Amino acid sequence: MQDNCFHCGNSCDQDAIVFDEKAFCCRGCKAVYELFSSNDLGCYYDLQDAPGAIPEEVAGKFDYLDNQKIVEKLVEFDDGDIQVVNLYVPHMHCSSCIWILENLHKLQAHIRTAQVNFPKKTVRITYKSSALSLKEVVQLLSRIGYEPYISLDDFDKGKKEVDRSLIYKLAIAGFAFGNVMFLSFPEYFEVEEYWLEEYKHLFRWLMFSFSLPVVFYSGTDYFISAYKGLKAKILNIDVPIALGILVLFLRSTIEILFDWGTGFFDSLTGLVFFLLVGKFFQQKTYSFLSFERDYKSYFPIAVTRIDKQNKTEENIQVYDIEVGDRLLIRNSELLPVDAILINGEAQIDYSFVTGERDPVRKVSGDKLFAGGKQLDGAIEVEALKSVEQSYLTQLWSNDVFSQNKDASFVNLTNKISKYFTSVLLIISLVATAFWMYYDSSMALNVFTAVLIIACPCALALSTPFSLGNMLRIFGRAKFYLKNAHVIEKLNDLDTIIFDKTGTLTTNKKVAITYEGLELTEEEASLLKNTLRASNHPLSRSLYTFLASQSISTLDSFEEVTGKGMLARQAENSIQVGSASFVGSPQVDSQLQTTVHVKANQEYKGKYTFNNQYRLGVQTIFNALSRSHKLVVLSGDNAGEKEQLAKMLPKNTQLLFDQKPDDKLNFVKGLQEKGEKVMMIGDGLNDAGALAQSEVGVAISENVNVFSPACDAILDAEQMHKLPSFLLAARRTVNTIKYSFVLSFLYNVIGLYFAVTGQLKPVIAAILMPLSSISVLIFVTLLTNYTSRKLKLFKN
Amino acid sequence: MSVIYLLLALSILVALIFFGVFIYSVKRGQYDDVHTPAVRMLFEDELVKEENQKQSIKTKD
Repeated sequence: MQDNCFHCGNSCDQDAIVFDEKAFCCRGCKAVYELFSSNDLGCYYDLQDAPGAIPEEVAGKFDYLDNQKIVEKLVEFDDGDIQVVNLYVPHMHCSSCIWILENLHKLQAHIRTAQVNFPKKTVRITYKSSALSLKEVVQLLSRIGYEPYISLDDFDKGKKEVDRSLIYKLAIAGFAFGNVMFLSFPEYFEVEEYWLEEYKHLFRWLMFSFSLPVVFYSGTDYFISAYKGLKAKILNIDVPIALGILVLFLRSTIEILFDWGTGFFDSLTGLVFFLLVGKFFQQKTYSFLSFERDYKSYFPIAVTRIDKQNKTEENIQVYDIEVGDRLLIRNSELLPVDAILINGEAQIDYSFVTGERDPVRKVSGDKLFAGGKQLDGAIEVEALKSVEQSYLTQLWSNDVFSQNKDASFVNLTNKISKYFTSVLLIISLVATAFWMYYDSSMALNVFTAVLIIACPCALALSTPFSLGNMLRIFGRAKFYLKNAHVIEKLNDLDTIIFDKTGTLTTNKKVAITYEGLELTEEEASLLKNTLRASNHPLSRSLYTFLASQSISTLDSFEEVTGKGMLARQAENSIQVGSASFVGSPQVDSQLQTTVHVKANQEYKGKYTFNNQYRLGVQTIFNALSRSHKLVVLSGDNAGEKEQLAKMLPKNTQLLFDQKPDDKLNFVKGLQEKGEKVMMIGDGLNDAGALAQSEVGVAISENVNVFSPACDAILDAEQMHKLPSFLLAARRTVNTIKYSFVLSFLYNVIGLYFAVTGQLKPVIAAILMPLSSISVLIFVTLLTNYTSRKLKLFKN
Repeated sequence: MSVIYLLLALSILVALIFFGVFIYSVKRGQYDDVHTPAVRMLFEDELVKEENQKQSIKTKD
C-alpha cells in the first residue's frame, strides 16, 4: 500500500481511505479524485505524481460574490451573457495544474475556455454568466483544490497597461541596425567602382531614413534623461551618450548632404541597439512576485454586515464599512477594521501583522485590531474605525510609502560619469584648439570624431550586464531582487536590522521543553488523548510534539474556555492548562507561553513553548558582525532577551516591544546619522521599516505567499547564505570597476584615431561593437565565476 | 541595373512586413507569457493517447 496520498502527496496516517486501489489522506482528496476520474480527467495524475491540494471547506466563504457590485469590480469583461474573469490561484505549481485548469469545461459545460498564465499563477476563465455565476466558478475551483485568492487588491486594480515600449524601441533599433549594416557595407572598402558610384547616394539616403526612427524614437530616453540630469546639474552617463548620438546623427547627415563621405549611420544605429539591449537585460522581473504589496493584498474584499434592526445579514464591500456597523467574522476570516468584540469567543491570530505565532484570546468588550485572523468559530464585532483609519492601515499613510527610493540613489556609473564627461569635453576642446591652429579645415572633423568615439557605449553596458547577470544568479539562488540597483545598494551598508519573530525564528517548528515530574505511561496516554479532543492551537502543537499513543475514548472531558481542560478515564484524572487553572505552585511568568499539567490531583510540571531559531542564525550574525553593525528589533516582549544575548555577538543591539511606527522611526534615526540601513523582516508590522530602509528584505517561508512591500524577497531556507549574497554584491561592484578600466582602454585607442584626425567610418564600425561585446563577455564571465566561487547554489 | 530600385524596394517591403508582424504580436501580448504555451503544447499528445486507450478497450469488448 502507498504511504502517501495519491491526490495530494501528504503522508496518510493509519486512517487512510482506500478507494480504487489508491490511498487517500482524507475524504476531500478522495472526492476530487472521484470527480476527475468520472469526468475522464484521470490524465491529471499521469503528468505529475500527487499534484493536488486538499480542498478547503468553503461553505459561506464566497457568499459575497452574490453581491453584484463586487462581481462587477472583479470581472474583466461582461456583456450580459458572457463574463471573463482573471483569478489568482496560489496552488498552481506544475503542468498537471495547467492541464486541469484548462480543461475546466469538461467539469462544467457553461465554462467556455480557461487559459492559464503559469508564471503569474493566474487563470482567465470565460463563462456563460446567464447560466453560471462567478460564485459557482470560484466554488468549483475551490472544490477541486484550486481555491482562488481574492483580496482587496483585486478590487481597485482596473485594467493594467503593460509597458512594452522598451521592446518596440529595441525592435526598431535592431531592425534599423541590421539594414544599415547591409547598406553601408559596399562603401567600407572605398573601391572606385562605376556601379557603386552610381548608387551610393541612394544607399546613403536609405541609411539616413532608417536612422531617423532610431534617433527620434528609440533614443528618446537618453535625451530625456540627459536633459533631466543637466537640469538638476548632474552629469549623468546619459549626457555623453545623448551627445554622442546627436553628434553622430548631425555629422553623418551633413556628410551625405555635401557628399563628403558615407557618415556613421552604422555606428549610430549599432550604438543605440546595444545600449537598449543592455537596458532590456537589466530589466528582469519576477512576474509571480510582487514587491509593491500593501495591506490590500492581505485584506478581504467583502465582509458580512448584520442589520441591527432586522437581524438580517448582507455582504458589503469593506470600503463601505462605517463606524458602528455590526459585522460577522467567521472562522478563519480576517478582521478588516479595528473593532470591539460583542459576541462570541475570539481567538485572534495576529501573525499577518506581527509574525507572532501564538493566537490571542479575547473576550466580549475587548478591542480587536485590523489584520487579525479569527481562528475559532464566528464572532460578532462592532466597527470602531473605517478601513483606512485603522491602527495597522494608518501606517500606509506615512510619506515613506509614496516616495520613490530609487530617485535619490546615485549609482556607480553616474558617479564616474561626472569625471568621464568633464575629461571628455576637455580633450575634445584641446584637440579642436590644436587643429584650429594647425589645420583649421580639420577642426570640426576632430571635434565631432572625439565626441563620437568617446561615446561611453562599453561603459554604459558593463553595469546593466553585470548587475543583470547577478540579479538572475540571485534569483536562481532564491533571493529575488526588485531591480538591479539593489545589488549596488547591498554593497554599501552600515547597519543591518533584523526582526525577531518570523525572521530569526521560524513559524514552522516549535521547540517545546518539559520541566517537572515524569508522567506515568497511563498519564502520558491520557494527556495525549485529552489534547486530541481540544481545538486550541497550543493543544494542537503539543499534541504533535508528544510521542504517539494509542487512541482511546475519554470517560469525561470538559474544556474551560481560556483556562484549560479537565478529563477523566478509568481511575485517572488530568488537568491541563494555565498555572492558575491547574493550581501550580509557581506563578506563570508573563514572558513565556506555558502549559501546566496536573494528574491525579498531583502537580506534575509544565511544558514551555520556546521560539525555534532558524538554522545558522548564529553563523550569520558572527559573519556579518565583522563588517556591519547589527540590531534586532522585535515587536515582542523581552522574554527571550537573555537567550538572544547569549546566542548573538556581544555588540548586537537588542530592542523589544517595538511598534510598527517605532521600527520605522528607528531606521529613520539611523539614516539621519548618515548610516545606510538594511532591514530584514517578514510581517506587515515591518512594512514601514522595510520601506524606509535603503534595502528592505522580506523573509518568506513560501515565496508564493504574500510578503510586504520591499526591495528583495529572500526564501527563508536560504537565509544562511545572506553573508554570501552580500559578498557577491561587493564582488559584482568590483567587477564593474574592472570593466570600466577595460572600456577606458578602448576609449584611449579610439581617441588616438579621433585626435589625429584619422577616424574613418569603418574604424568606428569595428571599434564600437568590439569594445561593447568584449566588455560584455568579461563581466558575464566574472560574475558567473563569483557565484560559483561563493557556492550560491549549494544548500 | 535600374532593376536594383525594384529589388531594394521589394526587400525593404518584405522586411517591413515581418517587422510589422512582430510589433503586432508583441502588442497582442503573445510574448507576455512564454512559459505556459511551451507546456500546453505537450498536452495534445496526452489527450490523443487517452482516446486511443479508450478505443482499444472498446475493441476488446
